[in-house]
Amino acid sequence: MTESKRKVTHGGFHRRAFLKGSGAVAAATALQTEVASAVQQTTQVAKGRMTIDLEVNGKRQTLEVETRDTLLDVLRYQLDLTGAKPVSLDGSSGASTVLLDGKPIMASTALAVACDGKRVTTVEGLDDTVPAAFVAADAQQCGFCTPGFVVAVKAFLDKNPNASETAIREGLNGNICRCGTYSHVIQAAVSLVKGGSNG
Amino acid sequence: MADTKYSWPTREEAQIIGSRRNRLDGMEKSTGAAKYTYDVNLKDQLIARALGSPHAHCTIASIDIKAAEQTPGVVHVEVLRKVGYEIKWQGDLIAVVAAESEAAAAEGVTNVKITYNEMDVFVQDAELELARKAGRTAPAGGKSVTQVEPGDDDDEDEFVEAEIQRLYDASPHKLEGYYGIDAITHCCLEPHGSTVQWKDGKLLAYLSTQNVSGTDEAFATDLDMTSDDVEVRCEYIGGGFGSKFAADYWGVAAARISKETGRPVKFMLSRDQELKNAGNRPSGYLKVRIGADNNGVVQVWDSQHWGTAGVRGGGISQSVIPYVIQPPNYRRKAIGIKTNNGQARAWRAPNHPQACAMTQTAIDDLARVMKKDAFDVFAANLGNVANGKGDVYLAEMKVAAEIIGWKDKYHLHGQGPSKGGVVEGMGLALHMWGGTANSSTCRLVIRSDGSVESSCGTQDLGTGTRTVCAMVLAETFGLDLDDVTVNIGSSKYPMSGASGGSTTVGAVSESHRRAAQDALQILFEKVAGQLSAKPEELVAVNGAIHVAGDKKRMISWKAACSRLGVQSIEVSASHKRGDASPLSNSGVCGVQMAEVAVDTETGVVKIKKFVAVQDQGLVISPKTCESQIYGAVIMGIAAALYEQRISDPATGAFVNAELSDYKLARLGDVGEIIVELYEPESERQRGVIGNGEPPAISPVAAVSNAICNALGVRVPVAPYTPQRVLEALQGRA
Ligand code: FES
Repeated sequence: MTESKRKVTHGGFHRRAFLKGSGAVAAATALQTEVASAVQQTTQVAKGRMTIDLEVNGKRQTLEVETRDTLLDVLRYQLDLTGAKPVSLDGSSGASTVLLDGKPIMASTALAVACDGKRVTTVEGLDDTVPAAFVAADAQQCGFCTPGFVVAVKAFLDKNPNASETAIREGLNGNICRCGTYSHVIQAAVSLVKGGSNG
Repeated sequence: MADTKYSWPTREEAQIIGSRRNRLDGMEKSTGAAKYTYDVNLKDQLIARALGSPHAHCTIASIDIKAAEQTPGVVHVEVLRKVGYEIKWQGDLIAVVAAESEAAAAEGVTNVKITYNEMDVFVQDAELELARKAGRTAPAGGKSVTQVEPGDDDDEDEFVEAEIQRLYDASPHKLEGYYGIDAITHCCLEPHGSTVQWKDGKLLAYLSTQNVSGTDEAFATDLDMTSDDVEVRCEYIGGGFGSKFAADYWGVAAARISKETGRPVKFMLSRDQELKNAGNRPSGYLKVRIGADNNGVVQVWDSQHWGTAGVRGGGISQSVIPYVIQPPNYRRKAIGIKTNNGQARAWRAPNHPQACAMTQTAIDDLARVMKKDAFDVFAANLGNVANGKGDVYLAEMKVAAEIIGWKDKYHLHGQGPSKGGVVEGMGLALHMWGGTANSSTCRLVIRSDGSVESSCGTQDLGTGTRTVCAMVLAETFGLDLDDVTVNIGSSKYPMSGASGGSTTVGAVSESHRRAAQDALQILFEKVAGQLSAKPEELVAVNGAIHVAGDKKRMISWKAACSRLGVQSIEVSASHKRGDASPLSNSGVCGVQMAEVAVDTETGVVKIKKFVAVQDQGLVISPKTCESQIYGAVIMGIAAALYEQRISDPATGAFVNAELSDYKLARLGDVGEIIVELYEPESERQRGVIGNGEPPAISPVAAVSNAICNALGVRVPVAPYTPQRVLEALQGRA
């Protein structure tokens, strides 16, 4: 037995709990009728430029943006904050998770102008507590999903500082990892709760 | 350095190798500091976006890029396909628009006007008869082996037909089965693409690639320059899984646009383009009949399978059917189907996961019809395993069974209790892989300040390659990981092979250990006199060099290196793929067991527990090695329960090519996973063997067998979605 093994307790079965979090329920079977025409996913948003104020990682920024720019575009291209990743522009991967006034949002689905006057925290603006727990648990492989996961874990534990492992397994399903780091993300989150550093 | 004997330290001697170290670049990845190709922002860069074909099969009737060129912010439009070109799958890229911003590029793409002449499509790869009628099938090989050989006068085909039939009829236990596995995509979270800069006749290409040393040539050829003038860089890559070996036509298009415009260009595929164009795993569907003796030992196997690798046909190689368990008599036949889907690319253990899912399910079904414990039936067949390692499989099966609690929890197929409609079951599967070390060269410098720096044109896919390089160097020199600097990820470093087929850990362990042992030998020669010893009597441990068995006659690492003065030690050492070496090896087994719960009212399957026992020779870095296995299992769970490419039979459209619709496992779906590195001395002494592929092979079969064990009926085709589970329960599968 190696030290990385973890034990999980399984309670009795309740159908509602059984279904919760299962990707299969909303499975892709409902898609059959879609037609072949929708190739470009460009959103037609009114064009124009606007000046917005953002507080990014504690620093006030006055930025000139296009009204159609997403927050993710502005972070990545204007501020070179590339921790939040463009994986799925519909937000379904969680890779662009940032905190807006402390709450997790997908920067890929937020228009920059809608964030005017708000406080944005990206993975680069967090202290090392959550990243260090990820490193200790080896909760990253290629690492492309990792910053989004780090911010999601931070937001989740801020809200649920004493989360049980079951709550962690049920509450962190907004992020996709293709390399398969989930077991270690759970381990990292559990260690953070145990370490009591989320108060 | 012909006299240097390359070797690994024993388990007792090793200080770093085999210890649980954190991955070197973990903090960069977790804090967002790591820069991937997508993240590299070069001054004045253009953003490129492409138009993909909306149709799965058509010719291009006309192309009009005027409006695109006039779109505000658009700087350049490049047409990739000419009028008359036959498009064969949806999403094939037609034109690229380079602009000042993402939004301008996207708008420019909508202004590219193309008209098409649509053609007939075929995407029903599971339907062999339909494919035949559509003229889409082609034979893809086969083989027959019988213990009794045909006589000189026999027609071979007739003989085999009669012999297979005879053996089947004579078997006390018979089974006919149908098994399949749908195509899935690589779905790298960082899409394929590049950020490139053409400047003064030279090209710098940040490329998301598994092949840093082998992709410069493609750029050079296209741009009419020499590969010396091209540097490919990839410090970090957001997933590859076998799909990122080439520069690809979109990669070289970015370079051409950079040359044309004189500005850097970032061209990454959009999510749907990534899923449609940049890699998928062939589907496979198999019909089989098998005959077994009273112990459950399969005596005869007779199968035909089909499937698709996309537009060029192909499918699962017949060479791996039946998988691992290879009965003394078998006949196999493969048929490839050409469909209007993007062409497949190598996917983690090409052919093996599908072969495992299509054949070891039949072994489990044999246990079901014989009313026997599946463990016993698999064990009974270990005398006939393709790699001859029945003893290793049995040892690993026992380890896995112990961890999952097989003896206590196992019940015969369909015989478990139902708790409110939820039934549980267990299943197992076996796999095999090569994992030979690829070619690799390491250049190593030891300077008088004690610093150690290596360079090697390999890449770290997230497998821990960088960490392994550092661990090998630190071990050899008796230093810690922080004391060595590892440089990888540039084509300007010495050549190292592409990362595919689990060949990288062996490759870099070879080159780095060889270079380090060579360099250490030189340093020993410099300091031996001072320690009144012969160079071969010296050892390097804990930051010092001393005489073996006499720690008092020592010199610190720093002091030893200071004797080098301006004469740094510089060595270069190589390993060539296929050369016998005491440092690396190939050929692994692996056993996995799954425990699932199935809700018979909703058809939902949940993973309760999953155990993976894996051998891979000598383990350099257990922590990252285990992560490979966890990751492979989780990918496999996704393929077993959620993932599938869904093509619309009427239009050929890939209808779920967005992550909202392309279902992958989420954190709450993976249950409890337990990984066990199987590394007895007999394995450790074989040297290093890659493990990226092997653990990705068994999960689908193990989960299928567990579901069948729970339900008592087979859900034949993966992914085992609720709909398919319910159909199987209703006898409609
Ligand atoms: S670590 Fe690669 S996608 Fe999560």
